[in-house]
Amino acid sequence: MFALYVGLAVAILLIVLNIVLSKLSFPKEGRILAIIVVLVGYIYWGFEPFAHHEMHPHVEDASYAFDGKQDIEALEHAGKDATETKAFWASMAKIAEHKGDAVAGKALVTANCTGCHSIKAEGFAEVMSDADAAVSYGVTPPDLSIAGRVYDRNFLIAFIANPVKAMHIEHKYPVGGEKVFPMPASDFMQPQEIADMVAYLADAASKVPAPKVKEGASEFEISKAANKEVFETACVRCHAMNYAGIQAKTSADAMSKYIGATPPDLSQYIRSRGDHYLHNFINDPQRKLPGTGMPRVGLNEKAQTQVVEYMTQIGDSKKDEREALGPKVLIYLTILAIFALLWKQKIWRDLH
Amino acid sequence: MAEFEKANSIGEWFDQRLNVKAFTKVMMTEYWIPKEINFLWAMGALLVMLFKLLIITGIFLLMYYKPDVNMAFDSVNYTIMQEVGYGWLFRNIHGVGASVVFLIIYIHMFTAIYYGSYKKGREMIWLSGMLLFVLFSAEGFSGYMLPWGQMSYWAAYVITEIFGGIPFIGGDLVIWIRGNFYVADATLTRFFMLHVLLIPVVLIGAIAFHFYTLRFPHVNNEEGEFFDYKKESEKYLAGDKANSKVIAFWPDFLSKDFMVIAIFMIFFFYLVFYNNGFAMDPVNFDKADGMKTPAHIYPEWYFLWSYEVLRGFFFEIGGISGKDLGLMAFGFAQGIFLVLPWLDRSPMVKPANQRPVFKYWFWLLMADLFVLTIFGKLPPTGINAYVGFFASTTFLGLFISLPFLSKIEAKIVGGK
Repeated sequence: MFALYVGLAVAILLIVLNIVLSKLSFPKEGRILAIIVVLVGYIYWGFEPFAHHEMHPHVEDASYAFDGKQDIEALEHAGKDATETKAFWASMAKIAEHKGDAVAGKALVTANCTGCHSIKAEGFAEVMSDADAAVSYGVTPPDLSIAGRVYDRNFLIAFIANPVKAMHIEHKYPVGGEKVFPMPASDFMQPQEIADMVAYLADAASKVPAPKVKEGASEFEISKAANKEVFETACVRCHAMNYAGIQAKTSADAMSKYIGATPPDLSQYIRSRGDHYLHNFINDPQRKLPGTGMPRVGLNEKAQTQVVEYMTQIGDSKKDEREALGPKVLIYLTILAIFALLWKQKIWRDLH
Repeated sequence: MAEFEKANSIGEWFDQRLNVKAFTKVMMTEYWIPKEINFLWAMGALLVMLFKLLIITGIFLLMYYKPDVNMAFDSVNYTIMQEVGYGWLFRNIHGVGASVVFLIIYIHMFTAIYYGSYKKGREMIWLSGMLLFVLFSAEGFSGYMLPWGQMSYWAAYVITEIFGGIPFIGGDLVIWIRGNFYVADATLTRFFMLHVLLIPVVLIGAIAFHFYTLRFPHVNNEEGEFFDYKKESEKYLAGDKANSKVIAFWPDFLSKDFMVIAIFMIFFFYLVFYNNGFAMDPVNFDKADGMKTPAHIYPEWYFLWSYEVLRGFFFEIGGISGKDLGLMAFGFAQGIFLVLPWLDRSPMVKPANQRPVFKYWFWLLMADLFVLTIFGKLPPTGINAYVGFFASTTFLGLFISLPFLSKIEAKIVGGK
């Protein structure tokens, strides 16, 4: 309906423009050009920005607070009971107030986590191969070497306490349901203990050196290597990136048993989804695609930016070349247009 | 064989063999174009320029493209876009060019409608132009299938499905067109053939024919004036260029065309580098998957108006299903522009705004096509479906009423 009003507005605008321009003895060609520019601009607005706006309703931008506010709002908006979710996130906020101790955390992590998770940078090797792990757990458990750098602190706290709630996938693992999430909730632990474990993960991650690059590597290659490290931790357990030669750690078969769908190859996602969508989606998939099997992974702002940047570096690898060549071509054409204009004027001088 | 004297220059050598001087006169320096024209008359040359860009970039793309359902997507999005030097540039020019060529075709076409350049001897120009429109549509549609993305696949599915609505033979026809029961490898390879061989060859012939149709009736002018070309060209040749109503194709007319083309190319390459999403739909960067229907299926912007006519009829009228009604309306919309010279029964050849009845018809048609285009992309739910129905019936009504309206105009203007 909105479009119809705008259509009418443009029609009226055109008529007014036509009358005003003719009264002002505006050159005829300028008048025609003005009308065509308005018409073409209007049709472009209609089938691009307006159509996108109608087909993809706006959602709130990504939030890196990981305080459960959006989950509670979503539940309340849907008219569901949010009491339990509210209580959970309130207790998480309490845990976050504790200052963690990395040394105590190391002992706790060694005792509680390394049975399933590797922390290669700290010398905790994988317990079994990726394929065996996928069979045992449903999905290959992540290595935790840089977890403390990639994931938000609040998210890690909530995740240790209750992975299903933190990842916003209660619809896949309802309480008392048939399926049980492979990692057990640890909400029985003391708040201080959880804070200690997270402090240890952050401390361990801070000691991991930047990924190695070739001698004399360009800035692009250095940033690509750093981004790839984050991408591999955050995405590659489930997703492949074929255009970078990266295969998912968990096989497609295992994944489809695990979540009931095969996670897509991400090679072209920067083109098919765009960075704005990706940022909102990764931040909380349920908001953009309700019911999806993809969990909220809890990346902090920096890590998420790196992930999206890596997707651009692989999926749109010529972006820099394109942006560097663009101005040169446009300047060349502008000069050409000036010469074309002068030549035309020279020829037409005799004709008038 | 005629005796050839020894040539004194290279020019003379060619002239003896190819009659270059006379040919240049006939085709260029003494091919007469009216002087009363504006930049809209450069759209033809601009289309030639865009067509050349499409052919050249197409040749480069053809060197790396693989017409196979398992390889097509990656050959475009990986090999061409990322591996081949400047492959991305060729693809962007080709993709944006294909979209922009339709913008210019529409401007060209509605310029002809606005100035009445399809009647009183110019019918063949119009008919050959509409033939080109059909060929370009087929070329655009077949090319859109080649990257084998989700939109490629589902557009191919929806459009080939349309033929299923033809009585008696529909079902078999769809299978014949697809080369399979569903859109598959055979479909891709045959549309590849159409896109790179058959249609381009026919297109080049049709373009030449379109130029030829202009030769005798001459290009229309801004005031729709008919004058004596012989008298005016003599004036020009005698040196009185200022008072002649004609100009030479070369260099007069083409100098203006080049200016318009050069200015337009700035805009065109801005789109190529910085704003190409409108021509290369994001959904098409997801690989084709016959098991997963995209949330919204829509054609490229230039087919939206006819797509909206197709789905405008969503309920049964008089025992005929909405689908069949839509199909009939769609067929009508595809063919009706072709017979425009015979629907417009007013003898007046003037800009639409100077014609007492036609001006309302023209601007109403424009407004209707805008509504059809914009709603053609939106999901046809709720109020949108009714707007679509209303706009589709308006479209049909406009063309059905044109013979009567133009007859009224003929009476008002009394044969002028």
